[in-house]
Amino acid sequence: MLGFVLLLFFLAIALGAPYIAPPKSARDPYMMPIVTWSANPLPPSPEHPFGVAGKRDIFYGVIWGTRTAFRIGIVVTVASTLIGLAVGSVAGYFGKLVDEILMRITDIFMAIPFLVAAMVLTTILGAGLDKVIIALIVFSWMYSARLVRGNILQVKEEQFVMAAKALGVNDFMIILRHVLPNSIFPVLIQASMRMGSLVITAAALSFLGIGAPQGYADWGALLNYARNWMLGGQGEALRYWYMTVFPGLAMVLFVLAWNLVGDALRDIFDPRLRM
Amino acid sequence: MTPNLLEVKNLKVYFYDDEGRELKAVDGVSFSLKRGETIALVGESGCGKSVTSMALLRLVDSRGKIAGGEVVFNGQNLLLLPESKMREIRGKDIAMIFQEPSSALNPVYTIGDQIVEAIMLHQKLHLRRAREVAIEMLRLVGIPAPEKRLDEYPHELSGGMKQRAMIAMALSCRPQLLIADEPTTSLDVTIQAQILELIRELQEKLDMALILITHDLGIVADMAERVIVMYAGKVVEEGNRFEIFKNPLHPYTMGLLNSIPRVDVEKKRLDTIPGVVPEPSSFPVGCRFRGRCGFETQECTQDPPRQSVSSTHSVFCHHWEKVKSINPEVLKNAGISNS
Repeated sequence: MLGFVLLLFFLAIALGAPYIAPPKSARDPYMMPIVTWSANPLPPSPEHPFGVAGKRDIFYGVIWGTRTAFRIGIVVTVASTLIGLAVGSVAGYFGKLVDEILMRITDIFMAIPFLVAAMVLTTILGAGLDKVIIALIVFSWMYSARLVRGNILQVKEEQFVMAAKALGVNDFMIILRHVLPNSIFPVLIQASMRMGSLVITAAALSFLGIGAPQGYADWGALLNYARNWMLGGQGEALRYWYMTVFPGLAMVLFVLAWNLVGDALRDIFDPRLRM
Repeated sequence: MTPNLLEVKNLKVYFYDDEGRELKAVDGVSFSLKRGETIALVGESGCGKSVTSMALLRLVDSRGKIAGGEVVFNGQNLLLLPESKMREIRGKDIAMIFQEPSSALNPVYTIGDQIVEAIMLHQKLHLRRAREVAIEMLRLVGIPAPEKRLDEYPHELSGGMKQRAMIAMALSCRPQLLIADEPTTSLDVTIQAQILELIRELQEKLDMALILITHDLGIVADMAERVIVMYAGKVVEEGNRFEIFKNPLHPYTMGLLNSIPRVDVEKKRLDTIPGVVPEPSSFPVGCRFRGRCGFETQECTQDPPRQSVSSTHSVFCHHWEKVKSINPEVLKNAGISNS
């Protein structure tokens, strides 16, 4: 319940971004406008409620960053889930050599450390949000593929699959109509959970400076600005707290929202697991 | 004489276990079927009767393969057809009903969706027309208020209703051959009788041949014109139902008949066939019933030849004449009068 409320809240922010934080110029609204020429961060003030980091307004970045988070989460999750569904269902349904080949490819992808692999790929492709999205898709479809394959191995032994074959239904339609609908729920739940964690990964890439381009409204990029100031200064460890707390809070709540929604979906789809 | 609708010649289906050993689940099965005729495949669990029937549709699961033989249906050998042609035959010319109606229907679709799928697959009909046909089919199989039932999910129907829906689905394209794999095993006795009656009625109406797979000899006596008795992947005896029930010539058939409980014969213990069906990996050489048979001799290590007793009755046993000489007495003990 809380998850859905939080999610709706973020959705409202994302949709209402142009009203909450109106872009200052007609240029790309996703670029955070430069509000000061001083390189030093500025604490929250009536003008800049979350403070200023890297010459840019944190409030503006957090608000428009919500859109970025949704975009990364949804595009990557949908694409990687679809790839996973395709690979997993073909492997699970046809079995034998096809299964062996596809699953070994999956294993190879899984053996590569995710963050490192994504970093390398982003570096090769160059900076930019779309490149980050591609890198994340390439290294996150395996989890769906495995899950789908396992479920399909189970469902394909069901008699209704044999019955459909005996009716002359072709393999493609059997997978699409008879096998997948009976094995899709765990995948949807997993996808909703992954939605949140992907945003963290994307933020990590941005934090390392290989994600969104300079000045792009993105939570990870805001943290990147905080990199040099995180330790505080002059005996005040928490002096620049606003640089990390606001984008960090947004991220934590966003991930929490998706995880709670995932839990709720699991309770709905699979009442046996309800505690 | 009209040509046979189906002729199975020397069908072999082999499975492979984890060590790659060959398991001859069906080994040289032959039989034929005329239009509109009913035959029963009889035998205990694991004798290969279900595998045989699935092999007719070329649906052997991935660990097995059809290793040889011919399945000639309407003059064409199904085993040589390309997969796409085979798919056209499945469901349209040869349909199948399964043992467990609750697991043979997909839980996420209404029964209407599933019947409509079957209809639209083989007949070029619009959705609306297909739904009408589906309603007709449900009415034909005796489901009350079919318009309403069409939009119900399998879990909303009782077991008997589900089996009726399965039958409606199987018959929606008016197949020439229906394979019923233990169609009533999971149903209670009164529903069993209704379903069998329904199958028989529809069979007559649609002039459809029927292969009934069962281990229930009561159903066999009731439904089948001819009976094929299988044991350990081979046919051991074949004959019309009078020949099989009144004059069984294979020791295994006799054992089966002998082990049916009867209400009119008083017995302390039911007669049984000693031992169990051997694992496919350790079938004996020669006659496969060897280790469990009271008639066993040295001869039985040789493959038993086919012995034709009449034009319809044949048996695969070296000692059928000996079996014949004692069977009146055994059958009398079993309560089957041999008049």
